Amino acid sequence: MIETVVFDALRAAIGPTAAAYALLAIGLNIHFGYTGLLNFGQVGFMLVGGYGLAIPVAVYGQPLWVGLLSGLAAAVVLALLLGAPTLRLRADYLAITTIAAAEILRFLSRNSTSEDVTGGVYGLRQFAGEFYAVSPFPGDRYLGALAFSGNRMWAMTVGWGVAVLLSIAVHRLMRSPWGRVLRSIREDEDAARSLGKNVFLYKMQSLILGGVLGGIGGMVFVLSLQTIQPDMFLPQVTFFAFTMVILGGTATAVGPLAGTVLFWFLITGLQSGVRTVVESGVIPGVSAGQAVGATTLIVVGALLMALMVFRPQGILGDREELRLDVR
Amino acid sequence: MSADAHVPAGSGRTIGPLAGVAREPGVAKPDPVLVVDGLRRSFGGVTAVDVAHLEIQRGLITGLIGPNGAGKTTLFNLLTGFDTPDAGTWSFDGEPLGSTSAYAVARRGMVRTFQLTKALSRMTVLENLMLGGAGQAGERLSLALLAPAWRREEAALRERAEELLVRFKLDHMRDQFAGTLSGGQRKLLEMARALMVEPSLVMLDEPMAGVNPALTQSLLGHVKDLRDREGRTVVFVEHDMDVVFDISDWVVCLAEGRVIAEGPPESIGSDEAVIDAYLGASHGRDRPPRKRPPHERGTA
Repeated sequence: MIETVVFDALRAAIGPTAAAYALLAIGLNIHFGYTGLLNFGQVGFMLVGGYGLAIPVAVYGQPLWVGLLSGLAAAVVLALLLGAPTLRLRADYLAITTIAAAEILRFLSRNSTSEDVTGGVYGLRQFAGEFYAVSPFPGDRYLGALAFSGNRMWAMTVGWGVAVLLSIAVHRLMRSPWGRVLRSIREDEDAARSLGKNVFLYKMQSLILGGVLGGIGGMVFVLSLQTIQPDMFLPQVTFFAFTMVILGGTATAVGPLAGTVLFWFLITGLQSGVRTVVESGVIPGVSAGQAVGATTLIVVGALLMALMVFRPQGILGDREELRLDVR
Repeated sequence: MSADAHVPAGSGRTIGPLAGVAREPGVAKPDPVLVVDGLRRSFGGVTAVDVAHLEIQRGLITGLIGPNGAGKTTLFNLLTGFDTPDAGTWSFDGEPLGSTSAYAVARRGMVRTFQLTKALSRMTVLENLMLGGAGQAGERLSLALLAPAWRREEAALRERAEELLVRFKLDHMRDQFAGTLSGGQRKLLEMARALMVEPSLVMLDEPMAGVNPALTQSLLGHVKDLRDREGRTVVFVEHDMDVVFDISDWVVCLAEGRVIAEGPPESIGSDEAVIDAYLGASHGRDRPPRKRPPHERGTA
């Protein structure tokens, strides 16, 4: 029984969905951890990345590479649209705008009038064929007891490969003089301005870069599931990604990756554990459906609170750094 | 109580170029680096700054004084692009600076510090300084991943930062987070960081506020060095009259947003308008912004 729970948890922790979330988290870490931008709509970037890929391929019959490029372009455009009016204002305005924009995008894509393009609530399928055609994993059972299918194995390899490569790139960027300017903006943007740094430009670059990472996360996500539907992109996705960044350690290189793996391990292990307990009938009068979702969210909330109280720097952060007064 | 006799030796006033200049508000100077005309800024019904004409002489230390709420910091904010005036023009080094944004003003060579010190807390002292480097190739996103393109420039920058750290006696803190510095050390850090930009005009907003007397002396030395060793122009806001008398070559007094008096420090303390501004028009015959005799002063 314990074995089932652990294997479920491991399967989720290293699976392609976790890789997609890791990419979201790396992007958010650029925004929130390094630049101090409050982006509460990272899921919006994920959405435009996913639809940007799926629409040209599934609806207009374009090859996959066109879909990949259009997904990236969509994330850049969204960042420009959100950043241009808000990045000169206080941080809160970006937060409000991004969370609203992400919801607007979700409602637009599920609207019946856009059904021809987005498939409405039914979403789109059949855009991942080319991706799996090049898969080097022909079998249907990998990683022993984890029992990954060939397709899942391929999506996982690509997803984590991209996530690790990009987090190395982000790490190197943040250690460059460019990253130094970003961190100075996080600390005090007026000080950066007084030293001749074009703060707006740097914030925009940061928003675009983190948004593109979110978009790539969206592409990995929909490719691994081979389907896209508007309600995959609920606002809570952003907050899960925030949890992962904070859990791992804000403004650290490995933090978002470690946080994502740990988050998925915990939440899936918990779900699986609760389900196992409920199904064994130990608690009378509770059906598995009700119990699993609610209990996990309660426990995740409690864990997050405990984390903020006892280890606000995350598992990899520097406590001393966090103690410093920011003003 | 003859104040002038106590001007410390080596303060080396360079009143020279301004010797023949009239001691009246808005007077023209022989070689102004900064010229302000008709600058006005109001907040609601309060006119914070209303400067008809003001010139700052190149290569000297100009002190900006005035009672609380006189508009000194607002004037700083306007001139450096951190605030937008309702009306007025100003030029720096002969170039108009109208609606230039703050970062562009700094790039032109006019760099400010802040009344409430802005140490970048979660960056090291060395990083704080290195941030001041201007025109760094590595600060461009397109080159940031190509370390060979900027490594040498970065090393030169580091070397310059290390030299300044030694000069400002912060070298033992180089790898500490700036957030761990004391208030006075932050003032030093901010001044050193401003120098990394290599400005021709340094605007210091209350550089000595909250600094202990021992450190004040060393900060004063640094400010004089800006003028004497590096030939930079300095404008500073200060409330401590000892400091103002000690290092300024020229003093400008603001009250209710207007320039009410200008002159060398010796003459400004006895200026009727200045006394009125500090004490109100119905004051006695005492002199408010006077220089205290040495036994009252904090010693180094």
